[in-house]
Amino acid sequence: MTEIDDHIDDHIDDHVDPMSVSYGPVDDWANDLDHADPEYNRRAHEIWHDLREGGCPVARSDRYGGMWAPLTHELIKEVAYDTDHFTSQGVIVNRGRPIAPPPVGPAPPITSDPPFHQIARRLLLPPFSPKRIEAWEDDVRDLCRGLLADMGDLEPGQGVVDAAVQYAQHIPVNVIARMLGFPTTDDEYFRECVHAFLERVNEPVDAREADGPHLDVYLDRQIDEHRANPRDDLTTFLLEAEIDGNKLSHAHVRGSMVLLLIAGIDTTWSAIGSAIWHLASHPDDLERLTAEPELMPFAVEEFLRAYAPVTMARLVKDDVDFHGCPMKADDWVLLPFPAANRDPAFFDDAESFVIDRAENRHAAFGLGIHRCLGSNLARLELRVAIEEFIARFPRFSLDGETRWSVGQIRGPRELPVRIDAVA
Amino acid sequence: MRVSVNTELCQGHNRCYALAPELFDVDDYGTAVVIGDGTVAPDLEDKARLAVANCPEYAITIEDDAS
Repeated sequence: MTEIDDHIDDHIDDHVDPMSVSYGPVDDWANDLDHADPEYNRRAHEIWHDLREGGCPVARSDRYGGMWAPLTHELIKEVAYDTDHFTSQGVIVNRGRPIAPPPVGPAPPITSDPPFHQIARRLLLPPFSPKRIEAWEDDVRDLCRGLLADMGDLEPGQGVVDAAVQYAQHIPVNVIARMLGFPTTDDEYFRECVHAFLERVNEPVDAREADGPHLDVYLDRQIDEHRANPRDDLTTFLLEAEIDGNKLSHAHVRGSMVLLLIAGIDTTWSAIGSAIWHLASHPDDLERLTAEPELMPFAVEEFLRAYAPVTMARLVKDDVDFHGCPMKADDWVLLPFPAANRDPAFFDDAESFVIDRAENRHAAFGLGIHRCLGSNLARLELRVAIEEFIARFPRFSLDGETRWSVGQIRGPRELPVRIDAVA
Repeated sequence: MRVSVNTELCQGHNRCYALAPELFDVDDYGTAVVIGDGTVAPDLEDKARLAVANCPEYAITIEDDAS
């Protein structure tokens, strides 16, 4: 049992009735959608397909104080582009509402709106630009090789590894901790933070706060430590950054650290896990990818399209009629970019994984001004992680049940695979 | 053939630079720019079309010489 499980068990033990802790299971995905019902991520592709085919381009729910979920590429893009009617001040749907004041929001720049958004984003773009990220490739590769070596000798056809627990979950957390200048040995704690921020969203706010991981306290310690010992990392970079000659506020620095840490962990962990899940369950694609490594750039984009991990969200600014949907101020709007990526009105053969798909305008990293800041890093980590995994294990297959995450980030949390060949 | 990038639409997805580095570069902020005046050599025309077909924001356009 992991620390996270203990954490949940401790929490549940405090409450007599689990139903008073979180919303119950969903029966009607069109009118009572809850992306934090574990069933949702398990069956996401089928749920989106059935809703669209059933004539429901926008699902809704009274949960979370009101929530909408457009499911077509066209509608998701429309909301993502429309910063007049939809604010980014909250991007993770939960039962509360953000209390950090605009325009900064709790985790700038992802929670910021124009015009402040662009200023805050411009600060962070250079360290995540393609050319700066390329420099991390050798480190990522060494990390992946180390994890594979830690799996020890495996008997082909017999050996089983958990590709999520022993591999995918360690890669992005290690890289972002190093970029921020945090101890990589705190990785278990960071994963607990991700769980608290992103998976416990349908529990009441006070219950979450009572036994949360108190990341703010951890980050304040890091800020103090970096003020005393400045060095070449993103924490020092944020502490020294200026807007119009002024240092960033403490809330801005800490909020951006929250963003980089949380957004940099289970997103790419999920993408790596989903790609391995696909290859483990589609031997033809695995065989082709090992035989034709030149397909890798296209395969990476197709993994991102077909298994995009990240659904974002917005809050409705003022009451608005959105294509007949009576959205109220402060309602949530989910932006399921992974559903946009499987919309047959936008992609040919949308439900199929086409390893060499040439035309692929996928929205895995979002659309519009909030394009994922870390997309170049994510793409690097995904490519290198898959290259190294299939180089050591050219054949592998699912062995036992995959456990999927809960909430807006979709990916395998447990992924047992049987190793059928070792290079 | 000639390519151009609408920098108002470009959000830095970096697909064009990854697919056709002979035709596109990116600045420190990840925004795409065409190399030179955007003229595409005949042997790079397929790459130019590929870059167009993979831009999520529809920020790249091609002008054919014939027009």
